[in-house]
Amino acid sequence: MVQQYIGASITRKEDERFLTGRATFADDVKLPGMLHAAFVRSPHAHARIVAIDTTAALAIPGVVAIFTYEDIADLAKPIPVRLYPLPSLEPFLQYPLAQDKVRYVGDPVAIVIADSRYVGEDALDVIDVTYEPLPAVVDIEDSLRDETIIHEAPGTNLAAHYVVSTGDIDQAFRDAEYTRKERFKTNRHTGNPLETRGMVVAYDSGELTVWGATKVPHFNREVLSSLLDFPEEKMHFVEGDVGGGFGIRGEFYPEDFLVPFAAMRLGRPVKWMEDRLEHLIAANHSRDVLCDIEIAMKKDGAILGIRAQVYGDMGGYIRTHGSLVPASTAGLLMGPYNVPAYECGVHCVITNKTGVGTFRAPGRYESCFIRERLLDMAAADLGIDPAELRFKNLIQPSQMPYNAGRTRADGDTIFDSGNYPQGLTRALDQIGYAETNPKRWVDEAGRYHGIGIATYVKNTGRGPYEGARIVISGTGDVAVYLGITTMGQGHETTMAQICADSLGVSMDAVTIYHGNTDYIPFGGGTYGSRGTVMGGNAVHLACQNMKERILSLASTYLDTEPANLVLQTGEIFRKGAEQGPALLSLGEIAGLAENPGFNEEGSGTLEITAYFEADQLTFSYGSHAAHVAVDPETGKIEIIRYVVVEDIGRAINPLMVHGQAVGGAAQGIGATLLEELVYDDSGQLLAGSFMDYLLPTSTDVPPIESIVLEEAPSPLNPLGVKGAGEGGIVATGATLANAVSNALAPLGVQITQLPISPNFIAKLLSS
Amino acid sequence: MTTERKIRLTVNGKAYESLVPVRMTLVDFLRGELDLTGTHVGCEHGVCGACTILVDGSAMRSCLMLAVQADGANLMTVEGLAEGPELHPLQRAFQRNHALQCGFCTPGLLMTAYEFLRDTSSPTEEQVREGISGNICRCTGYAPIVQAILDVSQEAG
Amino acid sequence: MKPARFDYYSPDSPNEALELLGQYGDDAKILAGGQSLMPMMNMRLVRPKVVIDINRIAGLSHISPRPDGGLAVGAMTRQRELERSALVLETAPLLSLAIPYIGHFQIRNRGTVGGSLAHSDPAAEIPAVCLTLDTEFELASSAGERTVKAEDFFLNHLTTALEPAELLTQIRIPQTVGNWRWGFQEVCRRDGDFALVGAATMLRLDDRGICLESRITAFGAGGTPMRMNAAENHLSGSSVNADDRSEAARLVSDALDPISDIHASAKYRQDVAGVMVRRALEQALLPMEGEDAA
Repeated sequence: MVQQYIGASITRKEDERFLTGRATFADDVKLPGMLHAAFVRSPHAHARIVAIDTTAALAIPGVVAIFTYEDIADLAKPIPVRLYPLPSLEPFLQYPLAQDKVRYVGDPVAIVIADSRYVGEDALDVIDVTYEPLPAVVDIEDSLRDETIIHEAPGTNLAAHYVVSTGDIDQAFRDAEYTRKERFKTNRHTGNPLETRGMVVAYDSGELTVWGATKVPHFNREVLSSLLDFPEEKMHFVEGDVGGGFGIRGEFYPEDFLVPFAAMRLGRPVKWMEDRLEHLIAANHSRDVLCDIEIAMKKDGAILGIRAQVYGDMGGYIRTHGSLVPASTAGLLMGPYNVPAYECGVHCVITNKTGVGTFRAPGRYESCFIRERLLDMAAADLGIDPAELRFKNLIQPSQMPYNAGRTRADGDTIFDSGNYPQGLTRALDQIGYAETNPKRWVDEAGRYHGIGIATYVKNTGRGPYEGARIVISGTGDVAVYLGITTMGQGHETTMAQICADSLGVSMDAVTIYHGNTDYIPFGGGTYGSRGTVMGGNAVHLACQNMKERILSLASTYLDTEPANLVLQTGEIFRKGAEQGPALLSLGEIAGLAENPGFNEEGSGTLEITAYFEADQLTFSYGSHAAHVAVDPETGKIEIIRYVVVEDIGRAINPLMVHGQAVGGAAQGIGATLLEELVYDDSGQLLAGSFMDYLLPTSTDVPPIESIVLEEAPSPLNPLGVKGAGEGGIVATGATLANAVSNALAPLGVQITQLPISPNFIAKLLSS
Repeated sequence: MTTERKIRLTVNGKAYESLVPVRMTLVDFLRGELDLTGTHVGCEHGVCGACTILVDGSAMRSCLMLAVQADGANLMTVEGLAEGPELHPLQRAFQRNHALQCGFCTPGLLMTAYEFLRDTSSPTEEQVREGISGNICRCTGYAPIVQAILDVSQEAG
Repeated sequence: MKPARFDYYSPDSPNEALELLGQYGDDAKILAGGQSLMPMMNMRLVRPKVVIDINRIAGLSHISPRPDGGLAVGAMTRQRELERSALVLETAPLLSLAIPYIGHFQIRNRGTVGGSLAHSDPAAEIPAVCLTLDTEFELASSAGERTVKAEDFFLNHLTTALEPAELLTQIRIPQTVGNWRWGFQEVCRRDGDFALVGAATMLRLDDRGICLESRITAFGAGGTPMRMNAAENHLSGSSVNADDRSEAARLVSDALDPISDIHASAKYRQDVAGVMVRRALEQALLPMEGEDAA
């Protein structure tokens, strides 16, 4: 294929509507007669619901209806797990409304429908819910004692426990010349897309339409269909413009049932726009992981084995991500290294906090922090340079594909391709590692400087399938309907690049449509950096099939063999005579397809739908490096330099890839230094607004040095691509913690938990 | 009880007159009553900057103003930046530099940058970072936004 | 996050505002810049029955030189105006130094001097600076006017000497006579956030560099900003050398009893307040424009 667009840093086709304020986000959708929803949410972390009195609220002019569990009881079913299911998780799932008990602050108890959100909130003020508070469990170890049981039926707070292992771990520890055991904790935090969740739902003439869908609309439609007992074919999920997702938005939440329920019951469109305070207690939290880990090594630094216990604080209910966060922590805990023996117990622990789901690189930010910190500690103990220790243990290119063994409940982890030492070398070169000696020092102002590094590997491109549907019209315009969705990644441009090159048309002729369940019968959605791998390859496959079809039609018409023709910039040429006049245009071919007399296949339109299948993950990888300076008197950390190296196999649009890397790194910096969803002992979220939940601003993020490598294309898909959505964030906790620990090593500080706040540094320094 | 007031104001050069509930915030008024949905709601407590507009030439958080307070005022929102089909230099620079991904923070940032550049000639990178530090972006990591603003300030000479 | 219902007035004159205040008292809230009040109203943390919007009252926003050399600043003066004022820079440079630390410029475009003072967040910059400058507060009610000194104005966390029926109309910053130098330091999680803890200092030195008078305010370390008298006394008569500064810092830390919150422990605030004082003193001693290094 002539490659004109793939690999080029093309600025985005879709930008104009965002720049001029003409995009259509969920709250921009307005329908005649639209009502507004607000939710009664539990103010208690753990309590029985004794009574709900809605009399005063219903008397407020403009309040139309209030629905509680009673009203949905006939339909009430738990929201199913989408990823990482386990049988033992079933009793812990969340129903759309609390029935007898509430299990976290924010647990929805009722939905109010009113003329405006203002009036809806007036109703919330006077709805009288009588609660009988119960003791709140907010700590993993506390919860595991099972003294206060949060879900009565299973009778335990341990929602799941399983062990993964590979090799002989006991032998590894018998052979060990050095061991180190540590406990690590990553902070509960979340993605906070700038747009909160929201939707508009209309039930009209027997059809249900949901605006504001995204991430996995086909899956969510299936879930809603099941919960409402309403046919899928009559449900239309529409994705407009989306203000970021990061894994948080787009899963099926209680509100995703309740708002459609209300719209159908009332026969009027209903809008719900979540507010920020609500988002912080109602949308998924993430990353709350505790890990006890022990490493066995030879004196020369060769890793013999790792054994660990991973505890995920799941919150009050298991949500759509099942065991994913702790499971994924265990899944790549060994990282891109030769670890001959590995054993990890995975525990899903229920507490009285908001439910947990994925946030960009779920389980991987956590495991990278845990492992890379431990490696730095081992390096210091053994007197080996941290980078040297990595090189000694990194999986070599000659070992690819590398089977890391059974690190997941459902199978082995196999790294498809990669040159891990090269990624690390690149990062070290960029930060000037070799030239910086020593790697820690104190400046004239008394600040402690340090360099830190970390290496990671990241799963991308999850299957099992993804679809693309291409329709070419009589004008020669190419419409591509994606099964994947978009929340800022630039798919309207990158998928057009792939289509244009794969088909042989100008990019201007291509328009990308996404996220609407009417566009394509089956779609996998966008998450886990699968958009380009799965969606891009689906487009590519559909284009290949379409090109074949086009050449077949053209060759029949021109009375020649398809092999004698080429399709280029939207026109058919005789092979070898591409400089000469075109024989047919795409539009004319579309006409041929529509001509019943001519078209043997009789489809009526020039249309192809294709599904790309993948049963294996493809792994991106890289390294981060940072130079920090710590003020020991205030505990404040300045990031002087931050380097991200990521090998994604092949970049469709380098501008977009850098955008993802830099954006991800910025999020990771905020998560590591600033953000924490702090709960008090009674289960109240103390960081309940942006005054206390601190997101990184432009002065918190240094210029990120982003290096994108294409040294190890994926052998698992025709485009050779790996996903690029998460590499920027994976190693941020590890890298910054290593840099700070390195800087403060003379003062005896070793970071084993996040976030690294000034107060935390001060505390470590004084002890 | 004064539950409603009539207000007259100009937005992007166009005059409006409206009867508004006194408790309605300015951002809700712009979005709901005037259908100017380019200005966004991100937090409703004055931190994220998504709702930034110009009020009588000064950038302000419209979630922290009541609509009634805009009576007699001259507002500018993102919809007023372009001159018909002609994009403003800031808009072009954002596009060139890939300074937006999901686009939700973009209008607020454009209005912030508009005042910042009007009042600061030849800013350094550090000054630009400080100038936009009252606007949160979750997608870009800020670097391309800073570059876009520097581009425009350099274009201006 | 929409405000609860309220009755709304936007008086044109101070008298009208005072009459309304007199009538509604505790049931009313004054709406000035709104940068503190509106978030609380949007979150329904406060639900005033009556909102008295004073943005339309002429005469409340001004920066005027006083005949005795000081400065009078109207309560409705926007923080951004203070930030850009040459007069403020000339007569109360400590204020000019501190204002850019307040939030972000969009907040300062709307936020007012009076609003910040009446709200009295313990970690806010303007109250700390006004305390350091021995500012006087002019309060008005329909019963008359009274002047309150800064040391009597800030009573406790979010609590001032303002009675329910009173309005802060202007502040008077006395002229600081003599050879004064100043410093301002704060530490916060992010630029523009409320300080975890901070310090404002002023030093008056004689020609030999001996300290004749010092003013030291710690903020974010208690219910209100506080003048640190023990440290101030220690510096008087000293050359404010490194040992003097360290001792002043130690005296400051010893005298404080801060709160703990999710951002910083009491110990952190206590210790770092001392560091801020020491650094603000160092900053005050830096050569000023036109001076040779000491």
